[in-house]
Amino acid sequence: MSKTSKTSETSEKFLLTAEQLEQFGAEMDAIRQRVIADLGEEDARYIRNVVKAQRGFEVAGRALFYLPPAWPLAVASLSVSKILDNMEIGHNVMHGQYDWMGDPGLSSRMYEWDNVCPSEQWKVSHNYIHHTYTNILDKDRDIGYGILRMDPEQKWNPYYLGNPVYAFLLMTLFEWGVAVHDLEADKIMSGEKTWAETKHLHAGLIRKIRNQALKDYLVFPALTGPFFVSTLAGNAVANLVRNIWAFNIIFCGHFPAGVSSFTIEETENETRGGWYYRQLLGSANISGSKLMHVMSGNLSHQIEHHLFPDIPARRYPEIAAEVQEICERYGLPYNTGPLHKQLGSVARKIFRLALPNRLPWQRERAETPVEQSRVAQAA
Amino acid sequence: MSITQTLLRSRVVEALASPHGVDRYLELVNPMWAAREVRARVVEVHREVAVDGHPPVTTLTLQPTSTWRGHRAGQHVQVGVEIPGSRRTTRVFSVSSAESGPGDRFTITMRANPDGVVSRFLAEAGVGQLLHLSQAQGDFVLPDRVPDRLLLISGGSGITPVMSMLRTLQRRTHRGEVTFLHYAQSPQHQIFAEELAEVARSGYGVDVRLLHPELGDPALSPAWLGRVVPEFRDVPTWACGPAPLIEAVRAAYTGPEGELSPALRVEYFKPPRTSAGEAGGEVSFTRSDKAAPNTGATLLEQAEALGLAPEFGCRMGICFSCVATKSEGTVRNVLTGETSSLPDEEIRICVSAPDGDCSVTL
Repeated sequence: MSKTSKTSETSEKFLLTAEQLEQFGAEMDAIRQRVIADLGEEDARYIRNVVKAQRGFEVAGRALFYLPPAWPLAVASLSVSKILDNMEIGHNVMHGQYDWMGDPGLSSRMYEWDNVCPSEQWKVSHNYIHHTYTNILDKDRDIGYGILRMDPEQKWNPYYLGNPVYAFLLMTLFEWGVAVHDLEADKIMSGEKTWAETKHLHAGLIRKIRNQALKDYLVFPALTGPFFVSTLAGNAVANLVRNIWAFNIIFCGHFPAGVSSFTIEETENETRGGWYYRQLLGSANISGSKLMHVMSGNLSHQIEHHLFPDIPARRYPEIAAEVQEICERYGLPYNTGPLHKQLGSVARKIFRLALPNRLPWQRERAETPVEQSRVAQAA
Repeated sequence: MSITQTLLRSRVVEALASPHGVDRYLELVNPMWAAREVRARVVEVHREVAVDGHPPVTTLTLQPTSTWRGHRAGQHVQVGVEIPGSRRTTRVFSVSSAESGPGDRFTITMRANPDGVVSRFLAEAGVGQLLHLSQAQGDFVLPDRVPDRLLLISGGSGITPVMSMLRTLQRRTHRGEVTFLHYAQSPQHQIFAEELAEVARSGYGVDVRLLHPELGDPALSPAWLGRVVPEFRDVPTWACGPAPLIEAVRAAYTGPEGELSPALRVEYFKPPRTSAGEAGGEVSFTRSDKAAPNTGATLLEQAEALGLAPEFGCRMGICFSCVATKSEGTVRNVLTGETSSLPDEEIRICVSAPDGDCSVTL
């Protein structure tokens, strides 16, 4: 396979002329401007209510550990709190979606989330690297996070036989994976980068880990006295639940079949329209209920999130209808499906890419692409 | 500090509330509970001056949270309000009441300027309105040991900080000699008129002079000032008002060799326009990819004129909300006239005007 065969195959399918691309970009800009001009009280009330609910679940969860029979309820409550905090509040606030409110409690510059990754470091690796270079191989570090093989263009080596195992470990330890993401541990291992080069990150990382561990694994358990161990275990389980949920939602955002990746050369002289085009083709949605959207921080609308990362996420469902209509007009794919379908697709990819692209018994069919670009019909 | 405060600020509670902080929880129960942040409720609204066709002047009495550390006479406070549409906007106002202690009520007095979003909102605000405050700030203050002789000069709504000083002196039963000069448009526009009349009548050693140059009273000049306060350049003086008044005061306090008397302390209540940057050259805002010929106005104003909406707060160089990186070029601080040409420098765009070419990461 040549370096660009898969992507060129994909782009051939959805090729737009430069003029169409520009028009497409202008239509996206128009949506953006309209929504930004319309932001106001309702958006403010919404996010404040989510914050109130999250703090409520948090306090309830912490308190219920005093009642040992209510342990499952306490864990559930605290898990919901951590999921809301990380996804609908933290991720979105740190994108600057609510900066226009001028509220320091909801400002991207100030917000710190209930997660071991310092928000300062997250904003660099996520808001800047991932959202700017989305799905560009060798630039977007979120393709496989430096650990997994999530794209057939990543060169196979025997290390990737462990792909499913690494994915499972990353799922259970997700917040830790996110926390060390900025250190680029894989590059340190391969000698591309030295430990000393990451020194500026250490103090912030250690401080954040210490604060998180202190409250979840020492102070709150200690406050429940004789129930120390059960509270500690409950907090650990809540962190685990959040890890598993966040991992699954996030992996459905860019890895289901049909999502395109791009090469550095392809995106060298990218226009604004081209950037929108890449964001659209590089992301996938999850269809589902309103509760599902809230609990995923509206990352179930990953496409809209990537097109408009700084628009309040509660607006994505209303924008989605328009984006789909525009995609239909331009003949562009809009990748969406229910959670089980997208997860199944991601899981198949994790297992399939553990093996080399060309398997020994496929030798005669030299150019078979591994994953046919199957485009889900717009829901 | 009360036991509750001590407890709320303790390391254990901080660890429990990490990473959000205690205040993020307390505010959901009662916005007047706080461990660190300062908020206040308006408990009284008093219309000071209402002249038809002119913006009204209003005094708000505020009950701060127990976190308010008090203020020294002459200081100001940042006041943030949620303007309908849910955007919190912050402006700076001088405290007009006498010095306050921790948790004490205090007042702010403001003229509702037509283009002043916050002051207009506050003028209409009712009792019960919640405000977000900073702690009191500023070095334009009475010293702990008040000198025997002092001179307070103000113009228009610049009266507020010196009024706080006068009220503080009255409360401390200062027995020295105080000269209080105030310039207003007309007697109807006089803020705190009754109280000043009372002070003039009964105050010990306070010489109150309310001047209305538009009605024929003498404008401020060294000769006139010398007659009212002999040797005024040696008398500790506090002056606050619009730029033209402050420029006149500065000129009066400048000696024959061009040296400014150290006895003078000034505060502008609006950035002066007299020392703006030099027009000419080009101003470019690199992040938004916009550029225009430099008009000499502040970078904030020039950015806004180009349709940009940079973050800002006080618009007078106090709150640092508008700090941005100037990648190259020379800027002049419109308050001090100081210029600076360092590359990649953090500047407050509300008080920085470019001299010639300039580019800012905005």
